[in-house]
Amino acid sequence: MVCIVAEPAFAQKVPGLLTAEGIGVLQLNLGYRCNLACRHCHIGAGPERKEIMSAGTMKQVLDVLKSHPIPLVDITGGSPEMHPDLRELIEECIALGRRVLVRTNGVILLEEPYRSLISFYASKGVEVVVSLPHLDPHVTDRQRGEGVFSRVVEVLKRLNAAGYGQEGSGLVLDLAHNPGGAYMPASQASLESSYKRILRERHAIRFDHLFCLTNMPIGRYREYLKKTDNYAEYMAGLVRAFNPATLDNLMCRTTLSVAWDGTLHDCDFNHILGLPVNHGAPDHISGFDMEKLAHRRIVVGDHCYGCTAGGGSSCRGEIT
Amino acid sequence: MGDYYEKKDLEDFPDIGEYAPELGEKYFAYYGEAMKAGLLTEREKALIALVVATTQRCPYCIDAYTNQCLSLGISREEMMEAQHVGAAMTAGIVLAHTTQMRKIIRKKEM
Ligand code: SF4
Ligand code: SF4
Repeated sequence: MVCIVAEPAFAQKVPGLLTAEGIGVLQLNLGYRCNLACRHCHIGAGPERKEIMSAGTMKQVLDVLKSHPIPLVDITGGSPEMHPDLRELIEECIALGRRVLVRTNGVILLEEPYRSLISFYASKGVEVVVSLPHLDPHVTDRQRGEGVFSRVVEVLKRLNAAGYGQEGSGLVLDLAHNPGGAYMPASQASLESSYKRILRERHAIRFDHLFCLTNMPIGRYREYLKKTDNYAEYMAGLVRAFNPATLDNLMCRTTLSVAWDGTLHDCDFNHILGLPVNHGAPDHISGFDMEKLAHRRIVVGDHCYGCTAGGGSSCRGEIT
Repeated sequence: MGDYYEKKDLEDFPDIGEYAPELGEKYFAYYGEAMKAGLLTEREKALIALVVATTQRCPYCIDAYTNQCLSLGISREEMMEAQHVGAAMTAGIVLAHTTQMRKIIRKKEM
């Protein structure tokens, strides 16, 4: 299913084998349903998608968390809010003493019945990561849909009002930036300072960190690159920018990603590409084996150039 | 211009130190220092570089700095506004240099 052709193949760039070093983060993809259908979505999420984590799989996830001290649960989708058992899942994770982080497009938190999630997140100390691809409303709207920018601004104000992003509140509000076209993000530090200044000056919004994500050449984004004849140049740019210093901090080395159907992956990208964990580690949550998974050999492909270009990219942004 | 300006030539730029490696290294060290954030931000420097690229008509730099401005989240409107600074400056420089022409005319005319 991997059909990216890069020269030289990524595997050749890795000295020896890429292996995991424990599991510090359990990332849960609750499904592909989303209120938006963004043009760069590597998941291909949208309102019409039906895939969703079953109660049985969620129970298996919680059983794993009960018996293994994985410190951080990173919840994503689609729109994780559209999973009917999200609150329960968060409550159980918090009761187990885990840090919980929810990735959201933000705008869904203005809609019924999701509006009350803001105070729920705040009461549980959930860390929130809101996607805001660009400070220019047109660029954000082109990528995510008409009116998205102003709705994200509104939701960020509400999050601020609930204590998020305010000094001393302990409520972490992070933003995620990704380029609105066929180019790579600049350094996280410079973009974070622009975001902080402009959001404060124009909208009186505060937040903690900006994560700069490189768009992965898979899914809808890949189709866009192909359609606009940007694919070859984009891939060549990623290959040229390959930075071996990123290899030590790749998120797959400390993260295990659980798909909505319970399949285990080295990351959400491998999940979308249909590449479960391999090399002898169990590939479903029902067969979870900490020993094997914590030291598993990682499944790589040419999309991994997306994580290793320049300063590197992970769910938490730059990695070098 | 056919073979002279090709997009892939830009990839050769990092090897510009060939035949004179020490000078090449010094150039890149200087270039790196000059372009990184100092009193001016990376954004400001990228916009200056973009305008220099168009006023000096270097297709490689136009490519590189258009991408860099996009990467830095600089809006299309900001980039275009910067280009008008370059255009106005260029027009101004042409007109300012007509001083020489006018001086000569004044001297030569009876
Ligand atoms: S990028 Fe995020 S918000 Fe947009 S469609 Fe995909 S999952 Fe939904
Ligand atoms: S895409 Fe990135 S996170 Fe996933 S396996 Fe490759 S390097 Fe690791």
